Amino acid sequence: MTNILKRAKENLRTIRTAGKLGWAMESNWTDPFLFAIYSIVRPLASSLILVVMYYVVTRGKTGMDLFAYIYVGNAFFMYVINVLFGVSWVIHEDRDHYQMIRYIYISPIRMYYYLFGRGIAKMVLTTVAVIITMAFGMLVLKIPVNLLAINYPLLLFSVAAGIFIITCLGILLAGVSMVTAHHSYALTEGMAGLFYLACGAIYPIDILPVWLQYLSKALPLTYWLELVRRSILGKSLSPTLSGYSDFQLILIMAATTLILALFSHWVYRSIEYIARKYGKIDQLTSY
Amino acid sequence: MNLAVETFDLNRTFKLKKAKNKGENGNNNGKLIALENANIKIHQGELFGLLGPNGAGKTTLIKILATLLLPTSGTGLVDGIDVVKYPEKVRKKINMVSGGEHCGYGILTVRETLWMFSQFYGIATKVAHRRIDELLKILKMEEFAKTKIGKLSTGLRQKLNFMRGFVCDPKIMFLDEPTLGLDVQIARDVRIYIRTWMKENPERTVLLTTHYMAEADELCDRVAIIDKGRVLVCDSPQNLKKSLAGEAVFYIEIPLSVNGMEKFGQIPGVKQFAYEHKSHLGRTELKFILEEESAISNVTESLSGNGSKIISLSKMEPSLEDVFVALVGRGLKNEN
Ligand SMILES: Nc1ncnc2c1ncn2[C@@H]1O[C@H](COP(=O)(O)OP(=O)(O)OP(=O)(O)O)[C@@H](O)[C@H]1O
Ligand SMILES: [Mg+2]
Repeated sequence: MTNILKRAKENLRTIRTAGKLGWAMESNWTDPFLFAIYSIVRPLASSLILVVMYYVVTRGKTGMDLFAYIYVGNAFFMYVINVLFGVSWVIHEDRDHYQMIRYIYISPIRMYYYLFGRGIAKMVLTTVAVIITMAFGMLVLKIPVNLLAINYPLLLFSVAAGIFIITCLGILLAGVSMVTAHHSYALTEGMAGLFYLACGAIYPIDILPVWLQYLSKALPLTYWLELVRRSILGKSLSPTLSGYSDFQLILIMAATTLILALFSHWVYRSIEYIARKYGKIDQLTSY
Repeated sequence: MNLAVETFDLNRTFKLKKAKNKGENGNNNGKLIALENANIKIHQGELFGLLGPNGAGKTTLIKILATLLLPTSGTGLVDGIDVVKYPEKVRKKINMVSGGEHCGYGILTVRETLWMFSQFYGIATKVAHRRIDELLKILKMEEFAKTKIGKLSTGLRQKLNFMRGFVCDPKIMFLDEPTLGLDVQIARDVRIYIRTWMKENPERTVLLTTHYMAEADELCDRVAIIDKGRVLVCDSPQNLKKSLAGEAVFYIEIPLSVNGMEKFGQIPGVKQFAYEHKSHLGRTELKFILEEESAISNVTESLSGNGSKIISLSKMEPSLEDVFVALVGRGLKNEN
């Protein structure tokens, strides 16, 4: 028991320390004003692009329900992009840019906690960006969200679960980054793109071809986005998913997340072994 | 009591890319043997030096022991723990400093960096602060405590890298050319620190690689000389030098002459021969290790027969470098 407590304490310390490092990097802007602009305006701008595209494509004919569906999904998808990069990019940064990975790697910390810690700054900033994007949507675009009707416990739980899920995916990619060179950027980008298409970020998964729906249903992010929408909008547009109760969705999300976590762990450990075998842990990839 | 480091027939080969495969350094069918049946025992409390020319396998050995790299075969124990099977346990006991200027994240200050690493090693707050202050003082870095790393000079960065290793107070420390490229003064500070650190606690052990023979001679309790992946000898610097006692070491300077050096190695009575061109002085420095002193007459005859004027000739006490030359067959500088 004391051993478990001791470990938990060590891991928390790792998260805290890595978190500070991540924050120092994230906020390494000489001008805090620029920093604020960058972290707020950029996500807002990307949402606006989507809005414009939506209006151009539909000529404003489709109802508010679908628009709200898209807007919320798109806003929360920022977590996927930012946290995925925040966690997996650490390997590349530490190895090639700072060239510190060998010292991090041979220290007694557990890498998973270190990677998670490094991603925290991104998680916090993304949360701010999501809140601003949502506020903008409600105030300016009149997205029908009733602040009093939001299921806050469910929302908080979903966001926490989402961060966990994305961290697992980030760890998987971090593993892959240990043996790939620069392409890991494209890989992360590609993976985020795949999730964007497959997890119902901007349209219900029901319109996907059946074989792609199998993938959607295997990915915990699909249930995560559905739960987020339910907690905020109170309803769902996906015939497939609306058949499940909140609790059932949580269970399915938990089960798929567990599988994902085990898979990520396996991938990370296997590739780490290969990297150590071939002397790749601290071998620079960017010449 | 466990040995600090023990290796059993440690081997490491690297696959070579086609272009590099030129048949040197003991490689065959695209393989490069970086370490070959290395057997080393380092006792607790020992300051152990690893000497060898470029590419000898020193860094490879350290990387294996520091859990960064897997051996191709063989076993490595650090404080009695297998580095392949239980890397997590080994990591609690060790740290490593490799020469070079990468010492941290440019956005952090010197103190923040040291603090961060102390936290990764779970050092208690008070102890960590005390140790950081101590390190800053001994290594004369106090005035830079609040400077961002990105703004430090190369030498200071290297010093910080060194401090980063010691702030965690490992039981066993691996130093891979810690003084490489440092100016004389800083290198001295570093050596003094290593010695003081060792003295403070008899359980501490250092494995150090260096190109500087004098440094190894001055610092190390024992050294291993390693070439092309093989450990050639392993003993105290005193004993190694004594092993050359019967032999005579001569330095001869002649006017700079680039060609036909190799034949001097064939002079009767010459055991080993090395040379170094000092073009800025217009001289070539020859070093002869002779079976016995009388053989020097063969050497001088051969030189004058060759038309080389002898500028100076001196007999030396054997140094660690001579041991190295005698074993490896070439000096550290004039590699062929
Ligand atoms: N990752 C790698 N891939 C291929 N070859 C490697 C790798 N790492 C080391 N080597 C080769 O293994 C041999 C031993 O290298 P190592 O770095 O251990 O030498 P060293 O004794 O530390 O040399 P130096 O004094 O130059 O630091 C060298 O020939 C080197 O080219
Ligand atoms: Mg080396």
